[in-house]
Amino acid sequence: MYDERFPGLRRRGFLAATSGAAALALVGCAGGTDDKADSASGTPKRGGRLRAAFAGGGASETLDPHLANLFADVARAKALFDKLADYGADLSAQPRLAEKWESNKTLDRWQVTLRQATFHDGKPVTAKDVLYSYRRIADPKQAFRAKASLEPVDLDASRATGERSIEFVLKRPTAEFPNVLAAFGAYIVPENATEFDDKPIGSGPFRFVSFAPGRSAVFRRNDDYWDGAPLLDEIEFVVANEESARVNALLGGQVEYAHELNPTTARAHESGGQIEIVRLRNSAMQAFCMKTDRAPFDDKRVREAFFLIADRQELVDGALSGAGEVGNDLFGKGYEYYAADLPQREQDLDKARALLKQAGAEKLKVTLDTSAVAAGFTEAAGIFRDQAAKAGVTIDVKMGSKDSYWSDILDNGTLCCYRSGAMPIEAHVSQRLLTDSTTNATKWQHKDFDALYQQAQSTRDKTERAAVYERMQRRLYAEGGFLIWGFADWIIGTGRTVRGVETKAPANTLDWARFDKVWLA
Amino acid sequence: MKRAPKGRGELRDLPPWRRTRQPAFRGTSFVARRLLLGAAQTVAVVLLVFALTEALPGDAAVALAGDQPDPARIAAIREAMDLDRPAYERLADWATGLLHGDFGTSLASGRPVTQYIADGFGPTLVLAALTLALLVPLGFGLGVLAARHEGRLVDRLVSSVTLAVYAVPEFALGVLLVTVLALKLAWLPPTAVGYGTDLLGHPAALVLPVLVLLSRPVCSLSRLVRAGMVDALASPYAAHAHRYGVPGARVRYAHALPNALAPAVQQLARTVDWLLCGVIVVEALFVIPGLGTVLLNAVAERDVPVVQGLAVVFGVLTVVLNLGADLVAHKLTPRAGVVA
Repeated sequence: MYDERFPGLRRRGFLAATSGAAALALVGCAGGTDDKADSASGTPKRGGRLRAAFAGGGASETLDPHLANLFADVARAKALFDKLADYGADLSAQPRLAEKWESNKTLDRWQVTLRQATFHDGKPVTAKDVLYSYRRIADPKQAFRAKASLEPVDLDASRATGERSIEFVLKRPTAEFPNVLAAFGAYIVPENATEFDDKPIGSGPFRFVSFAPGRSAVFRRNDDYWDGAPLLDEIEFVVANEESARVNALLGGQVEYAHELNPTTARAHESGGQIEIVRLRNSAMQAFCMKTDRAPFDDKRVREAFFLIADRQELVDGALSGAGEVGNDLFGKGYEYYAADLPQREQDLDKARALLKQAGAEKLKVTLDTSAVAAGFTEAAGIFRDQAAKAGVTIDVKMGSKDSYWSDILDNGTLCCYRSGAMPIEAHVSQRLLTDSTTNATKWQHKDFDALYQQAQSTRDKTERAAVYERMQRRLYAEGGFLIWGFADWIIGTGRTVRGVETKAPANTLDWARFDKVWLA
Repeated sequence: MKRAPKGRGELRDLPPWRRTRQPAFRGTSFVARRLLLGAAQTVAVVLLVFALTEALPGDAAVALAGDQPDPARIAAIREAMDLDRPAYERLADWATGLLHGDFGTSLASGRPVTQYIADGFGPTLVLAALTLALLVPLGFGLGVLAARHEGRLVDRLVSSVTLAVYAVPEFALGVLLVTVLALKLAWLPPTAVGYGTDLLGHPAALVLPVLVLLSRPVCSLSRLVRAGMVDALASPYAAHAHRYGVPGARVRYAHALPNALAPAVQQLARTVDWLLCGVIVVEALFVIPGLGTVLLNAVAERDVPVVQGLAVVFGVLTVVLNLGADLVAHKLTPRAGVVA
């Protein structure tokens, strides 16, 4: 039940065509060294103002961190607020406001100790603030995005056991409870705070200065930040929905950081020397989603045939302009618990044809739903149609509405384009692959698979847990409903003077859009 | 005079120029009729916009849920937004509020719609005013210049340049100007990003958007003025005036130009309407958060109250502008007759 799914462009109808590949991270590279772009160039320097351009939500934008939906919302929220934990580059939870956490033997009670931190008004961050924040998010009358993530927590039974310690009572064993603390939008706000657009108070690295929805937000360094004061004096977030406008503003020196660029833009400027291109590699999952509960995909031989039809490199080159890496029908390449040992699947049209014949599905006709809702979708659909034709499968590509696409494809159709941003593998499973998952677009509903997930969540030992996750992934690899063909780069442009931009941080992880560590040379 | 108002028989006994000197009563009823018609048109626009927005796939709850379309969450959002009530009830509530001057609140943010309109109107107005201030002298000037030199080099030059510029779509021109003037030569800032709250404080950032906005209207306006003047100068009354020895300048500016003005004023009204009611491409290209941007976001978010509020504003603006243009045209060429 984690929600860090690619919050990017969903409301940006007309921009979808120009917005960059749908993704975030860079996890693929094995080694974790020399993470900083330009880290070679000198010691960090204090001072200056950085202007960062994001695609935004227009006049409806808010600074309420619990309402965060778009990348711009999250970037602003993490400048002003903190979560108890946040995701590292491999999507494992790292302590933030929480100093440590400990569970009981049965993994259904967790003791969380807060570090010493203060809000911008000087008041300490206490257990009461945490419980208030979580209860606000879980309010049944509201529809905050993080509500589903907090579902395992029994907030009525959870209580403060001290000024800085909380006992969380869970509804069932949850070995990955720290993921809940790091969930998208689970920010800690001061007790009783309800109004955030006028002088919001957080505990984050920057203090509020001004905010004009859809235009600009200016924040100033918080010298008392518990994780060390930021190097920048000020950060200004500006909103530019057109990718070309963000690039132009960056080239013209009007901003120093432009989020979400197109692969073609990146290629054009990569060696130009005017700007730096940062590629956060390999984590926006790109897929076709087969509904396993209905014909023709209720036959696992047909699903396997489709796995074998895909020429993944051609899809990456064509639909992502080469800005990405091939997938192996498993979510979360490079993340904690990823089953990296399974052989890379390649196109095998003869075997695909044989499987279809066995399944009695020769001359198969399928409708593939797509939409301009995310970059590369319509291109991927066209390429896959041609690949399928070679195996004797006729694919009819159907364009859908951008603004309601995700809702339309959840229960309808048989085959559709799909993508996802970074989240822990456990969250991908709980959100999409369990019988009672809220967004189970492949209709993967198997009691024995559910049981494996519960087993993983009840397993204290990490190695044993990893073994259970591997079993789950082997099953998905063999007969799952997600044909995951690639992972797109997430592309950021920065000015020549910008230093300290983390290059190995998937979007929505701790180090992505983390401006307290950025500095200007 | 092609037609006289009914019940005003006595006017028919007057010579044409006398009739036009007494527009008071006739003008008032004309304005009243036009305003009534305009109000009806605005209501029709709002109803149509409401119906169309409702007919779009998905609603504000679906749009907000985005890629997390958990049905329970959509239902909760729908309930929080009151979208679970029938469409006609929501429309009736909104209309009742409107009668008290209340435009309602945004579904997406809960902020008043009036604030959306007020915030978006500033940048839009700045752009429109600047464009118009340059458009009028440029458009008329070029038109008159071309007409004066009809068939000669100056005319051909003006005509071919205006035709050529008119053929370039604004986004292409915008990209071209940004690339050359802002990025290559670095004379001007490429966008107005971050200046949304204080556009006038950064006049350099306004040069390119205004240039792009000007480009096509200047062409259409000058061509209209030229055509109207050429027609008028070739007319028997202009020839007659010449025969009477009326100086050429006076024939041109006192007799021919007013004739050319009537269609030009109508065109000008359409241009102002376009400038005020959403220049989406220019706003997006140069990051100017005007009404067009507000409208675009509101449609994508299925934020029906904001879309309706803008429909009212745009409807009223269109009606008032066209009415104004008709009145001016009527003044300039009374004999053309304006049908209400």
